[in-house]
Amino acid sequence: MSVRCIRTQATRSSTISLVTELSVETLVAPARPDQTGAEISAPVLPVDLRVTGLAKSFAGTPIFKDVSFGLSRGEAVAIVGANGTGKSTLLRCLMGLIPADAGAINVLGTDVRNSSSAGLRAMRAQMGLVSQKHNLVPRLSVLSNVVQGLLGQRPGIRHWSQSFAPIASREAALAALEKVGLAHLANRRADRLSGGQSQRVAIARALVGQPKILIADEPTASLDPAAGEDVMDLFFDLARQEGVTVIFISHNIDHALQYGDRVLGLAEGGMPLDSRASSLSAQELRGLYD
Amino acid sequence: MTDTSFPMGLPSRYERPSALAFLVYAAAIVIVLWSFAGAGFSIDKVISSPPRFADFIDRAFPPNLDPKVLARLGWKMLETLQIALAGAVIGIILSVPIALLAARGLIAPTWINQIVRTGLGFIRAVPDIAWALVFVVAVGLGPFAGMLAIAIDTIGFCGRFFADDMEAADKGPSESLTATGARKLDVVACATIPAAMPAFISTSLFATEKAVRSSTILGLVGAGGIGIELKVGFDLFDYPTAMTVILMIAVVVISIEYLSGWARTKIIGEQR
Ligand SMILES: Nc1ncnc2c1ncn2[C@@H]1O[C@H](COP(=O)(O)OP(=O)(O)OP(=O)(O)O)[C@@H](O)[C@H]1O
Ligand SMILES: [Mg+2]
Repeated sequence: MSVRCIRTQATRSSTISLVTELSVETLVAPARPDQTGAEISAPVLPVDLRVTGLAKSFAGTPIFKDVSFGLSRGEAVAIVGANGTGKSTLLRCLMGLIPADAGAINVLGTDVRNSSSAGLRAMRAQMGLVSQKHNLVPRLSVLSNVVQGLLGQRPGIRHWSQSFAPIASREAALAALEKVGLAHLANRRADRLSGGQSQRVAIARALVGQPKILIADEPTASLDPAAGEDVMDLFFDLARQEGVTVIFISHNIDHALQYGDRVLGLAEGGMPLDSRASSLSAQELRGLYD
Repeated sequence: MTDTSFPMGLPSRYERPSALAFLVYAAAIVIVLWSFAGAGFSIDKVISSPPRFADFIDRAFPPNLDPKVLARLGWKMLETLQIALAGAVIGIILSVPIALLAARGLIAPTWINQIVRTGLGFIRAVPDIAWALVFVVAVGLGPFAGMLAIAIDTIGFCGRFFADDMEAADKGPSESLTATGARKLDVVACATIPAAMPAFISTSLFATEKAVRSSTILGLVGAGGIGIELKVGFDLFDYPTAMTVILMIAVVVISIEYLSGWARTKIIGEQR
């Protein structure tokens, strides 16, 4: 891997008080591989996301507690952990899709746990989510599904279907499909796709709104090895070239190490691992699953 | 091979009913017998009815197949179907927004769900023929009263089942659209309703069948349709004409059921 600047783990020592002054807080961002080496001091970028002391349980069964971490803009972060450790649950909490039990979540300056629903919508409109189960709307065309990814930014009937959508939105949707190599399936019904195709449509739907934060729950789980690499390369480029903060869950240790600047690991009801990927070995990462 | 490695062995196939269950069964049997008594069940009447029934059949056959009568009944039947279709379509369309308010966890708070569901329960509790009487008083004799009765009856049925269909729909797509920052109404329109659409179609076809069946008797209270001919036939002891009406209703209802079954497989079966 290329040069990464060394950064202290400020995130671990964060306190609630830090969260309140989030808008002015900054962290040192990882260096971009495409930057010229002339610059010694790393660029200072704002923090996009901070979680402090997060806890979540379902019907009295604790899933995780005391989870804290922060992400700066343009960072690519892998979340790993065994089945059922709460990775997907954590992502849902981040977007305010399910309520957390305790702790603080601040995403793009929005206090997720105390925000109004309008505030949450404004925050989500700047994010993209690829769900583990893809969650395309069946019976609608692929293009309509991708157009609907713009609903957060442009609410209303025109984005219910590609048929009513303005030209600009249809073009944006087609461009997003092009990125995942599926422009030729734009008219196919979403429930007639293969597993890997539907996963890529879900990715296109998350990308169409040009999110500042992209959250992907096992985005390569249904993809063949080559397509999986393509998607991870795409995410990596978004992080490097467009400064998109990327959070991805992966059960693929190589992907986590190769494409993540940082790796967060969930296990035993907490987050025991938060390391820079370059300082981690595959062996160490495997230890998380024991 | 029969000796399994499960320490407890396999659970028994049937459970012995508890004492409470036994009491419930006994009580159920008593209630059913009591109901027979209340309904005036009489073996004597059962035994004496076949001759009288045979007498009716004898006088009703052959059915009245006079072309002029057939033409008149045909037009009345057409009016019946028009009442059913118009009422069902209006009812189905109005049911969609009502069901949105009735469905829990969709767009309306729980107390509104409760009120709307109670209202729909009330609509269903009132028989269609009673609604027809109410609308005859409100808008006068004729098919329009019948159509309104069918429409409200359809709302009671579809409003409830559309709401259930939407509650049961896969939550995944709506969660993903919520995650784009979409408003609740947009999420419902884009994810919940499409997901529930096959169920909506199936429910609507049932509602139309039900509407056709109901519309054939609305005429008994003057709310239009072929029912009036049935009443007149019996009142004037014109059993052959009444028999023609009964046969026509049977043919039409059975055809509608067949047609709707065909449409159901055509529209939904294919989409699986
Ligand atoms: N809505 C829910 N109600 C109750 N329990 C839930 C709910 N959602 C998730 N769980 C439970 O919470 C735990 C964590 O689930 P989650 O989906 O977050 O796991 P995960 O880490 O994403 O696993 P995987 O690697 O299999 O995707 C699981 O034990 C699951 O059964
Ligand atoms: Mg998961």
